[in-house]
Amino acid sequence: MPIILNHVNHIYSAGTSYEVKALDDVSLTIDDHEFVGIIGHTGSGKSTLIQHMNGLLKPTSGEILYNGQNIHDKDYDRNSLRAKVGLVFQYPEYQLFESDVFTDVCFGPKNLKLSKVEVEARAYDALNLMGLPKEKWYSSPFELSGGQMRRAAIAGVLAMKPQVLVLDEPTAGLDPKGRDELLDVLSRMRTDEGMTVVLVSHSMEDMSKYADRVVVMNKGKLVMNGTPGQIFSRYKELEQIHLSAPAVTYIMEELRRAGLSVPIDVRDVDEAAEAIKKIIL
Amino acid sequence: MFTDITLGQYYQTKSVLHDLDARVKLVGTFLYIITVFVCNSITAFIVAGLFLTFVIAISHVPASFMFKGLKGIAMLIIFTVAFNLFLTPGTVIWQYGVFHITKEGIRIAILMLLRLTLLISGTSILTLTTTPSNLTDGLESILGPFQKVGVPVHEVAMMMSIALRFIPILMEETDKIIKAQTARGADFETGNLFTRAKNMIPILVPLFVSAFRRASDLALAMEARCYQGGAGRTKMKPLHYEKRDGAAYVILVVYTTVICVITW
Amino acid sequence: MCPRFYNMNFIETEKVIFEYIERDEEGNPVKVKRALDDVSISVKKGQFIAILGHNGSGKSTLAKHLNALLYPTEGKVLIDGMDTLEDPNTMKVRRRVGMVFQNPDNQIIGSVVEEDVGFGPENLGIPTNEIRERVDESLKILDMYAYRLHSPNRLSGGQKQRVAIAGVIAMHPQCIVLDEATAMLDPEGRKEVIRAARALNDVEGMTIILITHYMDEVIYADNVFVMSEGRVVMQGTPREIFSQEESLNALRLELPAVTKLAAKLKRAGIPVHDGILTAKELADALVL
Repeated sequence: MPIILNHVNHIYSAGTSYEVKALDDVSLTIDDHEFVGIIGHTGSGKSTLIQHMNGLLKPTSGEILYNGQNIHDKDYDRNSLRAKVGLVFQYPEYQLFESDVFTDVCFGPKNLKLSKVEVEARAYDALNLMGLPKEKWYSSPFELSGGQMRRAAIAGVLAMKPQVLVLDEPTAGLDPKGRDELLDVLSRMRTDEGMTVVLVSHSMEDMSKYADRVVVMNKGKLVMNGTPGQIFSRYKELEQIHLSAPAVTYIMEELRRAGLSVPIDVRDVDEAAEAIKKIIL
Repeated sequence: MFTDITLGQYYQTKSVLHDLDARVKLVGTFLYIITVFVCNSITAFIVAGLFLTFVIAISHVPASFMFKGLKGIAMLIIFTVAFNLFLTPGTVIWQYGVFHITKEGIRIAILMLLRLTLLISGTSILTLTTTPSNLTDGLESILGPFQKVGVPVHEVAMMMSIALRFIPILMEETDKIIKAQTARGADFETGNLFTRAKNMIPILVPLFVSAFRRASDLALAMEARCYQGGAGRTKMKPLHYEKRDGAAYVILVVYTTVICVITW
Repeated sequence: MCPRFYNMNFIETEKVIFEYIERDEEGNPVKVKRALDDVSISVKKGQFIAILGHNGSGKSTLAKHLNALLYPTEGKVLIDGMDTLEDPNTMKVRRRVGMVFQNPDNQIIGSVVEEDVGFGPENLGIPTNEIRERVDESLKILDMYAYRLHSPNRLSGGQKQRVAIAGVIAMHPQCIVLDEATAMLDPEGRKEVIRAARALNDVEGMTIILITHYMDEVIYADNVFVMSEGRVVMQGTPREIFSQEESLNALRLELPAVTKLAAKLKRAGIPVHDGILTAKELADALVL
């Protein structure tokens, strides 16, 4: 069930001196089972954009369609939309509030007015999916490590069984180990559970490794939309909007400058190594 | 939603009022509050209103910005006014069931409306034109003599300035937590008073946790920067009176005298 | 300078052990946890040092020992020859070693940028006109002078951290500890902070201790300490550290892309040397 944004504009504090055009005529389609990455400099409108996807923010003008229906129609059930499009905010561990992890994860499905059995079954599945060690399930969320708290919080959204999972910089502040584990879980959500994943991230390496398609935002406008290869080969433009390509792109550029005819648009270190081997060996 | 509340936030611009010594503004606000309370005639209110208009005008804070701040507490004003309008005993001029409007009620309601509006706008001018640190410095200096009798003036001033710095941050955080819980299907709009209060738990717990975490981080950061309380501290911007502060005191005295003369 | 200070290390930790008591929900002690286990490091004046490790490796606990915010359970921490355990030294140590923390919002005390920078000097009892000079100078060094009258709330993460660094510089320390100061920043903010730290080291000769889990931030360091489970497990120049790919993989610390690529090529039989740190070095190795 695709999400379609049609010419969406969003203006904060309209009519005051603080007026900010956070989204400027954004049109975007997110198809089923896609892994879409959204990148942009801080303040480029990424967070505003994703808050439109489950109806938390209402566009100043333009429309958002989920499964062909306008989500701001008078009789549209936005509460059920929030179960279908799960939104994980930045530093989601700051929203944990229950006395133990399991009860906290139950909060979402309980709000959907499901039976107790169903609620607990979903919480069980979600915690399993996020790979949180079982001995932590009944301890206070505040006794977990940073990475575990993050996973418990994401499980709280997963327990609502969303079809689309939207995450705002889920790896911010995690160490490399925590980051890799989390991204692997997200990538499995897509392959094993058939979920659509929308990931906002600053890490170009992560985008290149996981995303099918990358959307670039700048000053509220959608400025690029394509495969990671297509986007990162335009790294000169990315730099102008305070972004950069993955480190490996710059390595390849340096090698070309030194006279090696290697391609620029490699996805990761493995592809780079293959390309260099082809030329040298 | 919460970030719209502008009441009491510093508005950065250049004006005579911004340059005035914080102590003058504190004393002025204090005097103004008293005069508004002693006002009992329309003439007195007109003088108080004109004085406030003059102060707002020289503050260079846009009137629209001020009124946006008032909007936040409009409910409180309306409630108080309605309370006085309908529940004051006296000569009845209109009645419907238990509700009745009396001549005295109208008078008190109007006085209340004027008093509250003047009070709130008057005090918000203080915080709009004075940085929190200036404000606390001023308070610390005015209340300084009490330190000698064991009142922790410096500590209270420091607490106030830290609270003021973190209010916008916590407001933003509240907004974020509400959104995050809404995304998990939480409902804050329906149900009776009790359920609604219970529904606030998913907001309040994370907010408190976050406030405590910030407080402990901040305490550590202050310690790392050699903070040991008020003793032995110097000031980057010590308060000292200028000519304009003297002039301001004169204006204040004149205004207060006028109000007193009208009232008595 | 007094002769006995020659050749002395600015920072010296001697077999530091730090233990704390873990408590259950009622506050009863459950067990003793060891956050630092036999840590001995030494740092010379003017060095740029990096301490790498995962969350929970003890690197932040170590950082807090260098500023007398925590004290060793066993062993000794000497800063400029002063034992942090001796009470009269606490403030002297904190004056010499400034600290920048992870969360930019939770360490800015002032509601205006310049007032925050003035907070440290005020605590030190510096005379008013000198505070003004120090604040202006520090903000200029960090390239934040134009923002001196701004509210910190409207700055970017990188700018907030630069204000925090300026606040430390204004106390005229000899060493700055950046305790995961880049962890919550976007890539641009991270670059700003690292650039500032390097400039302070190069231009002002400031000793820098950079605590991080980003490998690409440590390539400019003179010396790197890698921590795991409270112990220093590796130590050396970035080149020496990055040559030990297997040990780093075991710690799940990720090599910078260039180093990783070079190691892959080497395994494929292409003659490149160990511990390549920049794209330029790789290009030279491949072309020659």
